[in-house]
Amino acid sequence: MIERALKGSEKYWGWVGLLLLLIGIGFVCYIYQLYTGLGITGMSRDISWGVYIAQFTYLVGVAASAVMLVIPKYLHNYKKYTNVVIFGEFLAIAAVTMCMLFIIVDIGQPARVLNVLLHPTPNSILFWDMIVLNGYLIINIIVGWNTLLADKKDVPSPGWVKPFIYLSIPWAASIHTVTAFLYAGLPGRHLWLTAIMAPRFLASAFASGPSLLILLLLLVKSVSKFDPGKEAIQSLAKTVCYAMIINVFFLCMEFFTAFYSNIPGHMYSLQYLFAGLHGHDRLVPWMWTSAFLAVVGIFILLVPPLRKQTGYLVLGCASIFLSTWIDKGVGLVIGGFIPNPFETVTEYYPTFPEIAISIAIWAIGALVLTILYKIAISVREEQQIA
Amino acid sequence: MKASRREFLKLAGVSALFGLGANAAFELLTPGALEASSEVAHGTAHGEAAEGVHAATRWAMVIDVRKCILQEDCNDCVLACNATHNIPTVGNPKEEIKWIWKDTFEHLFPDQHSQYVDEGLKGKTFPVMCNHCEHPPCVRVCPTKATFKRPDGIVMMDMHRCIGCRFCMAACPYGARSFNWRDPRKYFEGKEAMLNPEQPTRTKGVVEKCTFCPERLAKGLEPACVEACKKRKSDCLIFGNLNDPESEVRKILRKRTSIRRKPELGTQPSVFFLV
Repeated sequence: MIERALKGSEKYWGWVGLLLLLIGIGFVCYIYQLYTGLGITGMSRDISWGVYIAQFTYLVGVAASAVMLVIPKYLHNYKKYTNVVIFGEFLAIAAVTMCMLFIIVDIGQPARVLNVLLHPTPNSILFWDMIVLNGYLIINIIVGWNTLLADKKDVPSPGWVKPFIYLSIPWAASIHTVTAFLYAGLPGRHLWLTAIMAPRFLASAFASGPSLLILLLLLVKSVSKFDPGKEAIQSLAKTVCYAMIINVFFLCMEFFTAFYSNIPGHMYSLQYLFAGLHGHDRLVPWMWTSAFLAVVGIFILLVPPLRKQTGYLVLGCASIFLSTWIDKGVGLVIGGFIPNPFETVTEYYPTFPEIAISIAIWAIGALVLTILYKIAISVREEQQIA
Repeated sequence: MKASRREFLKLAGVSALFGLGANAAFELLTPGALEASSEVAHGTAHGEAAEGVHAATRWAMVIDVRKCILQEDCNDCVLACNATHNIPTVGNPKEEIKWIWKDTFEHLFPDQHSQYVDEGLKGKTFPVMCNHCEHPPCVRVCPTKATFKRPDGIVMMDMHRCIGCRFCMAACPYGARSFNWRDPRKYFEGKEAMLNPEQPTRTKGVVEKCTFCPERLAKGLEPACVEACKKRKSDCLIFGNLNDPESEVRKILRKRTSIRRKPELGTQPSVFFLV
C-alpha cells in the first residue's frame, strides 16, 4: 500500500518538496521557540492563547467532515458516497494530527506533556479532549485503512470494522462538544460562556470540513483519473450550505442575547470584534470579511444553477472555508480574551516565527493528507481501469 | 453454588464498570466535590494533614483600601514580594510576572465602577493578588493537578508539574496568573546578589502566582507583603484565619463593609477589600 505514495510524477514530488521546505522552516522556528520560550510569539499575559490554539480549535471542526459522509453512507446507505467516504476519513486523520501538533507547540514545557497521563484529572476538560482526540484518530485510522484494504481487494470491509464506523459518528460529535467545553465552562470570559458554544462548533464544523473536502475532491479530480462523482459533490455542497446557515443563525443569536440584554460584559467582545473597543479595532476588517464571505458562500451554494457550476462551487466553498476559518481560527479565541479581566484591551499580533510554525503544521497536515490521498487515488484508479 | 458465584462475579464486574463511569461523571459535573477530594490527595502528597472540607484554617487577606490609598507612593508590599519570591522585573507589560501588584478601583472592580461613587478612589491604586478562591476555576481546569487547593484554602502551584498549557490563565477571571514567556533567570543575570537563596527561581514555560507565602506561614510568620506593610505601620494588609471567629480578619470583616472581586462568578475569593 505505502509504496503507492513513493511513485509519482514530477509535480507530485515538487509538491512534496515544497511541503518539506515549509516544514523545515517551521521546524527551525520551533527550535528557536523551544530554546527561547513562548515569548517569541505574539501572546501575552492577557492574550494567553493565540494562533496555535485557534488553529487547533478550527481543525477539530475540520476533522468532523468525515461524519457528514459516514452518516449518509452507513446509516442511510447513500451509495454515491461509497467512493468518497475514505477521503473524508483521511482528511479527519490529517486534521486530528494537526490538532495534536498545535497543542504540542503551544505548550510551555512540551517535555512534560505526558503529565496529563501520569496525573489524569477528570475534572479538566483538557483531559477529556486528549481522550476524544486520540480516540477519534485511532478510529479513523482503523476505519480508513481497512476500508481501503477491502476496496483494493474489491470486497466489502470486514464485519469487525462496522462497530468502529458506527462509533465514529457520536465520537465526531464528542470531539466538537468537548472542545467547545474547553471554552464554554470558563467564568468571566463572556464571549465563550454561552450554552450554544457546542452547537455553534458543530454547525461551523459541518460547514468548514465538507467545504474543504469538496475543494480537495475537485483537486483530486483535476490531478488524477479518479472521479468522485458529480452527485456526491453536489450532496456535500448542500450539507455545507445548511450547516453554514445554521452557523450564521447561531451567531445572530449571540448578538441578540448580548445586545438586547444590554449587559456590558456580554457586548464587549462582540463590539471589539465587529466595531472596535476603546479605540482598538485590529480584528474588525477580518470579522467583516468573514461575514461577507459567509453571505457570498451561502448565496452561491443555495442557488442551484450557481452551485452546479464548478467555478462558482469552488468560489462558494472557498468563501465558507475562509469565513469559518476567520470566525473560529482568528476571532473566537482572540476575541474571548478581549477585554481582559480588568476591562482593558491588549491586542495580539502573531509574530513571524509563530506564523511559520503554524504554516509548518498545516504543511505536515497537507503532507499526511497527500500521502493518504495518493494511496487512495491509486487504488481507485486501479479499480476504475479494472 | 458454582452458578451463583459466577452470577455474583458478573454482577460485581458490571457494577464496578458502572460505578467507575458514574464516578467520572460525578467528578465532571460537581467540581466542588472533586476539589475536595483532590485537596485531600494533594494534602497528603505534600506532607500535610488531610483535613477534608472542614479544615480548621482558611487563610484570607483583607485589604484596607481607605488606608492604602493615602500611601500613594508606597510600593513596599509589591517590592517585598518580588524580593522574597525572586520575581523578575521584565519590563515588557505583555510578559510581566505579577504576584501582588497595584491597580485602580476601576480596573479591579470594573462591574462596580461608576462615575459618581468612585471620586475618592479615582486614579488611586491599591494592591491585589490571587484570590485563593474557595472554588478556584484554575484548579478545576488544570489537566495535571499542577495547581491545587490546599486544605487551608491556599491555591498552590507545583512548578515542576506544570506543562504550561495556560488553561488556568484562561479560566482565572481575575488576571492573577502569570506565564514565564522567557527564562526568568535571565533577568537576574549580573544581579545574582538580589536573589533570595531560600526561595526558588522558576523556569520558562510555567505559570506562577501568589501563594500567600506558605513557607513563611509554616514558620509562624505572615506573608512577606503583610510584613512589609506592617513595618511601615500602614496596616493596610490584614492576614488571618477566616475559620477562627476571633481572628483579626474576622473581627474587621464584622466591623467594616467589605467587597470581593466578581462575586457573581461564585468563586468565593479569600481576598476582601474594605471600602
